[in-house]
Amino acid sequence: MHRSRRDLLKAACMSSLSFAFPSLDLRAAEARGVERKKSLIVIWLGGGASQLETWDPHPGTKIGGLTKSLKTTVPGLEIADMYPRVAEQIHELNVIRSLVSKEGDHERGTYLLKTGYRPDPTLIHPSLGAIASHELPDEKLEIPTHISLLGGQFPARGGFLGEMFDAFKIYDPANGIRNLQPRVGDVRQQQRLKGLDAVSKAFQAGRRVQVENTLHQLTVERALRMMTSEQLRAFEIDQEPQAIRDAYGDTQFGHGCLAARRLVETGVRAVEVTLMGWDTHANNFEGHKTQAKELDPAMSALIHDLKQRDLLASTVVLCIGEFGRTPKINGLGGRDHWPKGFSCLVGGGGLRSGIVIGETDSEPQVEQDAKKSTAMPHDPIEIPDLFATILRQLGIEFDKEVLTPIGRPMRFSSGKPIERLIA
Amino acid sequence: MLIKKPQGETRTKAPRPADIPRRIGHGFAMIPETPQGVEWYQVADVSRARQMRDGTATKGDLMRWKLLLPGIVLLAVIWLVSFVTSQPLKGIATEESANPTTGIDESIQKVNTFFTRRWASEDLQPTKTADELAVLRRIALALMGTVPSLEEIRAFEQDSGPDRLQRWTARFLHDQRYFDYFAERLARGFVGVEEGQFIVYRRDRFLRWLSEQLEANRPYPELVREMIAGNGLWTDQPEVNFVMAGYNDGEGFNQNKLAGRAVRAFLGQRIDCAQCHDHPFDHWKQNEFAGLAAHFGQLKLSPVGVREDRDLKFEVEDRNTLEKKVVEPEVPFGEKWEPTDGTGRERLATWVTHSENRRFERAIVNRVWGLLFGRSWIEPVDDLPDPPGDQIPGPQVEGAKHPKALKAGEQDLLDVLGADFREHRYDLRRLIEVILASNPFLLESKSDLDDGPRLEQMKEHFAIFPLTRLRPEQIIGSLLQSSSLTTIDQNSHLISRFIKLTRSNEFVKEYGDLGENELEDRAGTIPQALLRMNGNLVRETIDATPFSASGRISGMAKEDRQCLELCFLIGLTRRPTDDEFTELLPLLSDQRPDGKDNLMSRGNRVEDIYWILFNSPEFAWNH
Repeated sequence: MHRSRRDLLKAACMSSLSFAFPSLDLRAAEARGVERKKSLIVIWLGGGASQLETWDPHPGTKIGGLTKSLKTTVPGLEIADMYPRVAEQIHELNVIRSLVSKEGDHERGTYLLKTGYRPDPTLIHPSLGAIASHELPDEKLEIPTHISLLGGQFPARGGFLGEMFDAFKIYDPANGIRNLQPRVGDVRQQQRLKGLDAVSKAFQAGRRVQVENTLHQLTVERALRMMTSEQLRAFEIDQEPQAIRDAYGDTQFGHGCLAARRLVETGVRAVEVTLMGWDTHANNFEGHKTQAKELDPAMSALIHDLKQRDLLASTVVLCIGEFGRTPKINGLGGRDHWPKGFSCLVGGGGLRSGIVIGETDSEPQVEQDAKKSTAMPHDPIEIPDLFATILRQLGIEFDKEVLTPIGRPMRFSSGKPIERLIA
Repeated sequence: MLIKKPQGETRTKAPRPADIPRRIGHGFAMIPETPQGVEWYQVADVSRARQMRDGTATKGDLMRWKLLLPGIVLLAVIWLVSFVTSQPLKGIATEESANPTTGIDESIQKVNTFFTRRWASEDLQPTKTADELAVLRRIALALMGTVPSLEEIRAFEQDSGPDRLQRWTARFLHDQRYFDYFAERLARGFVGVEEGQFIVYRRDRFLRWLSEQLEANRPYPELVREMIAGNGLWTDQPEVNFVMAGYNDGEGFNQNKLAGRAVRAFLGQRIDCAQCHDHPFDHWKQNEFAGLAAHFGQLKLSPVGVREDRDLKFEVEDRNTLEKKVVEPEVPFGEKWEPTDGTGRERLATWVTHSENRRFERAIVNRVWGLLFGRSWIEPVDDLPDPPGDQIPGPQVEGAKHPKALKAGEQDLLDVLGADFREHRYDLRRLIEVILASNPFLLESKSDLDDGPRLEQMKEHFAIFPLTRLRPEQIIGSLLQSSSLTTIDQNSHLISRFIKLTRSNEFVKEYGDLGENELEDRAGTIPQALLRMNGNLVRETIDATPFSASGRISGMAKEDRQCLELCFLIGLTRRPTDDEFTELLPLLSDQRPDGKDNLMSRGNRVEDIYWILFNSPEFAWNH
């Protein structure tokens, strides 16, 4: 593959293609610390993780079930005992235990927790990663700047910012990326591109502005750059020392988190890594234990690794899902959807750390039907406020008003930053 | 029954038999041109063959049938050989065209007058009239979701009669491809794109029903009435899938969703957000929404499917006091159009489709305009301002939102076309014919201007044909059509089945299905470029095999210029420019520019041309 790239570069230099390759600046990957442009990693817990089996256990109570708790590196903070390794890293992050929303359906909840807005049939809001990519472009990047690893049903979208800000979807990075290999050898590929140039030019005659607006040429060029980019190495997790790979765990999700670190290091603005399987309507406790076996090593290794490489100060990490799960344990030993008082981890990127916000009741007034319940956590945090905090921390004007394609003014976030988290 | 002429036997040379499918009929007609000179003859005993076909043959007959097996095999081989060696490049018999609807000239004139005035008042100079082949491509893409086939292009070019674009429009409008493709496009507005819960919702049945209605060209209000007020099982009465789309296993019917959908789909307005609060910048009130939703309040699912239960009450919970109150069906305007008798849905259907309800005709005109141009007259397609002169009192900023729709002292385009549509028995086929023959549709997408804002203004008022991104289905349809020299029409259901199969598959998923927002202005994406350059479907389509167009062209068109021209006609519906000949002929030539022999097979060379065309912006955008 690398030889092929050299050949292509040579060919590109010799020809007068308009698809010429720009000069590379791989040094960009080497900036460190606060000097570095900020990035975002979202660990998406698809299906809705239980707050009680993760960062907000209530052991020994009626709602706590079988889950025990564990002391952490933050004095006074205990988390579920399935997360011994996260417990050692958690002082780098903050815990919010009082997120509240009104969306108890997977699709709607995901929409809210990925965009900061409730679903609206008349427009699609951009996800956090799309806003970051839109506001913090990086011309030197040859691979997509917004990447979703391991899919999930509702990957992050560009919404009204445009489809070019949709997350580029890659399933297991260990399996390679689809459609990246040309179907023919270099010589034929070059001939084809040269011919494409001629046909594109003919179409542009009399349509320069219109064709430019299609971004067709630009996307072809970007795709070509990507096909031959050295930066694709960011996906080659087998380049990592065995010790590091072991630390993340030899799971798809472990691969995803490791790739996320490599991508951020390469200059990718926003990465979403999905771990599905949290929708434990039955056998909640077993289910969460299985999940923890993947999440605990990968998440803790990611934080540790980012810190080691001095990337944590420039990378906001958010670990969240579409909602939490009911305090009440149902007849199948499961927990159902619960948007009124759930947890997330957030930190890095220069945010303060070791802070715990909010508290849920050990004996909440629960009704199985979440819609009817009036239970509320103490110090509730609205989702838009969390989003405003993250956007602000990324260096983005969080309340900037942009016009949607139909001219409707819309803020990136309708919330206010959570001042306590800001250094 | 056809067999090869055995030596020494004399039989009568057969004319094209009526009971042989038309596709074979084409092969048949072409035979004299084949180099091998294979001749087709008809088995003398046609009635025997008919008996077998109809299953009326006796056992003895079947024995004889078995004896015919070698003949059948031979026949198949001969057919294949003749298919591969036939030369459909030179033109193919024209079929009888369907006739355009009579008396549409006056309607076309009304639209043209509107635009002549509009362009003058905006001080815009429209672009030139586009080449007719370019317009044919637009028409084929809009109505059937594919580019025209080489066969059709040849026939079109040989057609020297007057008004050939109008006649070809009419012809396409009677084609199975139009029924199927346009049904899918309309269905997006009516029921969305989700396949839903299979047990209680059958989108495929709904599509087939809609396709049949388009074929029968039934008046549009009748369809809407059946969708809103129909009863029965969703498998048996497919129109009820409109209401079943608002049914959820756990929660039953969602009246709010249905009311929002009905108003957006059939009246082109968005009242949905009034479900939770008053519309942020329009006049809709929360209680108006509840009154509309109440029309669906007696919907019930029973063993015989959808029906009305007159005992059901529609209750709404006050979001503040959490009190429940019964809401009676009520409409937010045009109360006199709503009858007092009938079920809630019947009353709603009558109100929606009432001839004085201008929103009804304006909505469908705007949607059809959008489907034909790739861009609706007013955007978004389902957020129309109130009809001029029929505004509902209340806060409205629509003048700011839709400046072009509200020119003082001028009738809006949607009213011009809407009234015409109504006066001609709400004939969808006729509406499409009128729009496709009007001046805006015939304009070039090219302009001498190189001034962004000015071009934007021209686009806004359709003084230039807009560039729009083709939908994934149109890309697939065009790819498939380009892989064949003849028209893939009778097998249109094959295409749609293929597209349906691929909906969940790589291509559509990665190309990005815009769902209901398909008429929004969109730019291309990197995954799309990767898919076109390196994806599997494109590779399969361009592979030069004995059956693919690229393979057949490389075998038949020995002359490079002719070969290149054919590729362009098939892929881009036009001929190469001089520059393109200069640039691309070397790719086909036996000698490389450096004087060495071109070692690549001719098939591979044609594949490269195909690849180039499929990756050009011209292929992926309507223009």
